[in-house]
Amino acid sequence: MSKSKLAVVLFILSEVVFFALLIVAYVYFHAYPGEGPTAANSLNAARTGVFSIFLFASSGTMALASRSYRVKSGAMLGWLIVTVVLGGIFLFGQAHEYMGLYASGVTANRSLFATTFFTLTGFHGLHVAVGLLAITVVAVLTASGSFGATERETEAFGSVEIYWHFVDAVWVVIFSIVYLWAFL
Amino acid sequence: MSDIVATDRIAPLEENPERAGFLSWVASVDHKQIGIMYLLSGLAFFGLGGLEALIIRVQLAMPGNHVVTPDTFNQLFSMHGTTMIFLVIMPVMAGLTAYVIPLMIGARDVAFPRLNALSFWVQLFGGVLLYFSFIAGGAPNAGWFSYAPLSEPAFSFNNGVTYWVLGLLGIGIGTLAGAINMIVTILKLRVPGMTIRRVPLFVWMTLVNSFLMVLALPVLNASLVMLAADRLLNAHIFTPAFGGSAILWQHYFWGFGHPEVYIMILPAFAIISEVIPVFAGKPIYGYEFVAGSTVAIAFLSFAVWAHHMFAVGLGHLFDLFFGISSMTIAVPTGIKIFNWTATLYKGRIRFTTAMKFAVSFLLMFTIGGLSGVSFAVVPLDWQLTDTYYLVAHLHYVLFGGSVFAILAGIYYWFPKMSGRLLNEHIGNWHFWLTFVGFNLTFLVQHLLGMMGMPRRVFTYPDWPGWMTLNMISTIGAFVLLLSVIVFLWNIMVSLKTGEIAGDNPWDAWTLEWATTSPPPPENFDLVPPVHGRRPLWDLKHPDRADELVAAAAGK
Repeated sequence: MSKSKLAVVLFILSEVVFFALLIVAYVYFHAYPGEGPTAANSLNAARTGVFSIFLFASSGTMALASRSYRVKSGAMLGWLIVTVVLGGIFLFGQAHEYMGLYASGVTANRSLFATTFFTLTGFHGLHVAVGLLAITVVAVLTASGSFGATERETEAFGSVEIYWHFVDAVWVVIFSIVYLWAFL
Repeated sequence: MSDIVATDRIAPLEENPERAGFLSWVASVDHKQIGIMYLLSGLAFFGLGGLEALIIRVQLAMPGNHVVTPDTFNQLFSMHGTTMIFLVIMPVMAGLTAYVIPLMIGARDVAFPRLNALSFWVQLFGGVLLYFSFIAGGAPNAGWFSYAPLSEPAFSFNNGVTYWVLGLLGIGIGTLAGAINMIVTILKLRVPGMTIRRVPLFVWMTLVNSFLMVLALPVLNASLVMLAADRLLNAHIFTPAFGGSAILWQHYFWGFGHPEVYIMILPAFAIISEVIPVFAGKPIYGYEFVAGSTVAIAFLSFAVWAHHMFAVGLGHLFDLFFGISSMTIAVPTGIKIFNWTATLYKGRIRFTTAMKFAVSFLLMFTIGGLSGVSFAVVPLDWQLTDTYYLVAHLHYVLFGGSVFAILAGIYYWFPKMSGRLLNEHIGNWHFWLTFVGFNLTFLVQHLLGMMGMPRRVFTYPDWPGWMTLNMISTIGAFVLLLSVIVFLWNIMVSLKTGEIAGDNPWDAWTLEWATTSPPPPENFDLVPPVHGRRPLWDLKHPDRADELVAAAAGK
């Protein structure tokens, strides 16, 4: 494993622990709900499910971008743009969801569900935003023709890719626990 | 010297910028300069944390004293603990590691030099933010572990704990980045021939410790953001009155906090594992056991956190599990003490100042370890928790352990960093003042704790014996102040007029001693070949090289 891949894997290891603690706090208060809004009476799992599909799909397009990069195909830039758009739609969905919750009076201080929900999904959203930023940088460099195939650049691309798949994988867990579990 | 080979891992000498001027330090990505900046920042915060401790000791010197108000006292002990842990021991260990590791493995720098600089500056910024709280309305006052609900807005009226959260986040992120950097450096940049079974134990333990940090620091960061939600967004994750759970904070904090204890002591073990063999003139006894027991400690450290919580009332079975797991940790630690002692046995011991600190580390840390095991006995813990017995215990581990090891390391590597030896005569004074001052301050606190004196009280009644013991402790604290002054004096004198060190003043055998003191920016022109664990020994004694001796012994 190369230097930068190893560093990204270690970074993700620490991120796994970070999210694990936020998830444990969410689950704990899901098991002992207090007063105020809960997952079952505030969330729309179907709508978030649709937006989630965009995020999951973006992992696929990222993999396609990666393959195009390896075979030095010009399609790479297209796949990167599609990835950014898909991730952007997911973020838009999250912003829309937050605004809806805010409008109906579900804010971070209303209940323990609300606090842990916003902490957990908020930090995930932040990670998606950072990932989009990184992919955009790669896309812009590619468009300007200055993203070649030296070892340095291959490593950079690989690191961004691993990170993006991680952000996606975390959402599988969060979506299952926060949205699906509430309605089982 | 014909058998010294060049390696392809060393970049050619490009430029040799003079290491002078403010900008060459602030803008530096050189691991040696960053390491020294870590050490200097640690020293500065040591002054602040020490000053806080002195005020605490003056306040407690006599019963019914009113040197500071109770609220100021709360801020002082909270800041003292936070400073010494996050802004002294961790950065100083990070500094020694950043300085020494690339040299030890024959590399030009760490794997990510710019990330290294970022780690330092982010953690320094965190420290400055923490101290900014003093002029922003008051310092944190809920202790170094900020127990909820005491740390919640309802009980903590100033913004101190918010600064504590933000400052520690900076320190947490910086430390995490530094740990990732170290792991990659150690796994990827070792000179050819230096297999993972041949790296110095300092490197081994730094590797294990870095993994510990990668897994433990996010626990802190996650807890901090949740406390921040409580304080800044009016949430109630840790406030029981609104359905939250204060116990959850304790679990989370100690989930980080106990590995943190090992994060502070493993680098000390690492230093001791270099200093003792060199000054005993023998290779370490049981290399594999020292390395392996470190891994065991790292694993166990994640399974013992609730021994900080026996007084919570979590239940008998719970207490039993964590009591036993905590006692288990004494086994790998004991293995280490045994190995270091066995290394001393029949050695040609040179009692340099570094060695004096290292040997007294063995004694002091063992006392701290024994009082630690006594805390794993649940009924004893109920009696002694939150008393001065605990204060004594943690200082024997962190001061008698970590700080003594740090001082051993500084006396050991100062010549490499500066090119001059620290004065041994002044060093002798420094050592004895530290040793006597430390034991005066903290030994009596065991007794105070058994007599029932609680920690973190700003004053106490005039009960029989309490004043005498507290006064002894305060006198000890001033002896420690004297020792620090002597130490600073030694550094200043030695930087100017100290004996020139040369490449290898201690006749040591790890690679950092193969280059000049201080090393050039690119570290090495040529790296000696590595055929065993002691490359410089093999080079100096080709007829008695480690691999020949091992082969002759039929291994």
